[in-house]
Amino acid sequence: MKETLQIGFIPLIDAGALLVAVDKGFTAAEGLDVTLVREVSWSNVRDKLNIGLFDAAHLLAPVAIASSLGLGHIKVPIVAPFNLGLNGNAITVSSALHAAIMAEIDGDPFDPMATATTLSRVVASRRKDGAEPLTFGMTFPFSTHNYQLRFWMAAGGVDPDEDVRLVVLPPPFMVESIAGGQVDGFCVGAPWNSIAVDRGVGRILHFGSDILQRAAEKVLAVREGWCAKNPHIVAALVRAAQRAAEFVEEPQNRIEVARILARAEYVGVDPDLILRTLEGRLKISAEGTVRESRRYLLIGRQEAPRPDPVQAAWLYAQMVCWGQAEMSHDALQTAHAVFRPDLYDQALGSAAKPIRASDSVGAFAGPAFDPENVARYLASFPIGRQKPR
Amino acid sequence: MGAESSPRIAIVDESPIRAAILEEGLREAGYTEVVRIGEMQSLLSRIYALDPDVIVIDLENPSRDILEQMFQVSRAVRRPIAMFVDQSDTASIQASVDAGVSAYIVDGLKKERLKPILDLCISRFNAFSRLQDELDRTKSALEERKVIDRAKGILMKLKGLTEEEAYVLLRSTAMREKKKIGEIAQSILTASELLK
Repeated sequence: MKETLQIGFIPLIDAGALLVAVDKGFTAAEGLDVTLVREVSWSNVRDKLNIGLFDAAHLLAPVAIASSLGLGHIKVPIVAPFNLGLNGNAITVSSALHAAIMAEIDGDPFDPMATATTLSRVVASRRKDGAEPLTFGMTFPFSTHNYQLRFWMAAGGVDPDEDVRLVVLPPPFMVESIAGGQVDGFCVGAPWNSIAVDRGVGRILHFGSDILQRAAEKVLAVREGWCAKNPHIVAALVRAAQRAAEFVEEPQNRIEVARILARAEYVGVDPDLILRTLEGRLKISAEGTVRESRRYLLIGRQEAPRPDPVQAAWLYAQMVCWGQAEMSHDALQTAHAVFRPDLYDQALGSAAKPIRASDSVGAFAGPAFDPENVARYLASFPIGRQKPR
Repeated sequence: MGAESSPRIAIVDESPIRAAILEEGLREAGYTEVVRIGEMQSLLSRIYALDPDVIVIDLENPSRDILEQMFQVSRAVRRPIAMFVDQSDTASIQASVDAGVSAYIVDGLKKERLKPILDLCISRFNAFSRLQDELDRTKSALEERKVIDRAKGILMKLKGLTEEEAYVLLRSTAMREKKKIGEIAQSILTASELLK
C-alpha cells in the first residue's frame, strides 16, 4: 500500500532534491505517493507543518530550530533527517551601494572582511551627511540569510540593529524592492540574486560561502512525533531525496533538472538561469562578470545532505547573539537534536559516523566555532544583543 | 485603550472584495475601528502608523512573513506583537489555516477578545470561498452553454436540423458515448475547425 504524503515547499532552487525526487518518481519507487504543495510564505509552511496539514516540508533550517524551542510561535518539536541545501545564498547590493563600497575599498573585493569594514565607513559617512540609514532585506527573522548578513556586517563594525535597517521581504519582492530603492541590498537564495543581476538592478557582492564555508540553509523537516511513529516513511523519504540530490549533481543531468525546476508549478523561472545556479557559475554583474565557485549551492555533493548538528548549534548561537533566544544548556541541546544524522545514516544503511567535533562552519571572522562552548564563542564578538540571563 | 472600547483591526488583504466583506462583517458585529490595507508596499510602516490591536491577514499573501518580523524585539518595534495562538489553541489555528486566514494580536489585548473576531473572519473567509466556487461553476456552466449553442448551430446548418433535433442528436450521442453533452459539443467545434 502506498503512503500518501503532503509536502510543502517554497519555489526556490534548493527545493530541488525534493521536487526532483517526486517528479522523477524516486518517491513513488519508495512506495510514497507525494503531493507537493507550493507555498507563498515560510510562516505558512511552518504553520501547516506544525498543525499536521503537511507531513514534511522544505523549511528554513533556523525555523526548524525556532519551532522546536517555541521561539516566535507555538512550540512544536521538529526534526531534520536531511539537508536540502547548503551555501545557496548570496548577498546582492544595489549598483549605487556597490559603487560606494568599491570607491572606498582597500583590499580584495571578494574578501568579506574588506567589504564589511568598507561598509562601516560608508555607513559612517552617510550618517555624517544626514542620509537615511541603509536598508537590507532578508527572508525571515529565523533564517540563515539573516544571520549571514548580520555576521558579515558586525565583523566589519556595523551594528545590524543600530547602524542599518534590516527588513523581512518575501523573496519574490526582493528584486522589485532593490529596483525601486526600498532596499540597498539583500541576502537571499537562488534564483533571486541572479534575477536581480539579470535585471541590471544589483550586483552579487558575496556568495554565502564567503561568509561561512558551510551553512545549512534548508532542511527537509518533519514533526518529531510523526517521525517517531513513522520511521519507515521517513527512511523512504530520505532515500528518495538522497537519490534525487545525487541526480541533481550529475553534470549530464543538469539540463533536465533545470527544465524540471523551471516549470510553473515548481520554481517557475528561466531554465538557463537555473542551469547557471546548478553549475555554480553565477553572473555577478549585468555586464556579464562571471564568478565560479565549487562551494556554491551544495545539494548532493560534499556530504551536503547529511545533517550536521554543529551547524544547528551555530544557528542557535546566532539566535542568542541577536536576542532571539536565551542562552541555556537545554536549549542548545534541543537545537543540536533537531539535526538528525542518525536518521539519515539509518535510512541509507550507512555506518554511523562520529559527529564532527571540529569547526565545520568555517566563518570568515572570529575564533573557530566550539559547539561545546557557545557562550565563550559569542563573547569574542563585540556586537550583539544577548539577553541578560 | 479602555476595556470597553472597540479594538482597532487591520485587514491585510490584496483581494478588495474579500476585504470589504470582512470589514462589513466586523462592522455589523460592532467593531467600529476597522482599516483595510490592500497595498503591500511599506506594509510595516503602515501597520506601525495604524497601531492596530489585531491584524488579520490572508494566507495567500506572501507579506505574511513581513509580519513575523514584528515578533522580533528591535529598535524599530514600538509594541511587541504576539501570535494569538498559544499551546492550547491549535484548534483555532487549524480552523483559520483551513479557511485561509491568520490573525495576529498585539500585546495588551486580551486573548478572549480576539476569539469572536477570528471566528467571524473565518466564517466570512469560508463564505467568500463558497461564493468564489459558485462563481467559477457559473462561469464554466455559461461557457458550456455557449459551446453547446455553437455546436447546435453547426449541426443545424450541416444536417438541416431544427434546434430541437440538433439538441436531441447531441444528447443521444453523449449518452451512447457515455460523455457529457459539453464534451460532444466541444468535439464538434474542434472537428469543424479542422475541416474548415
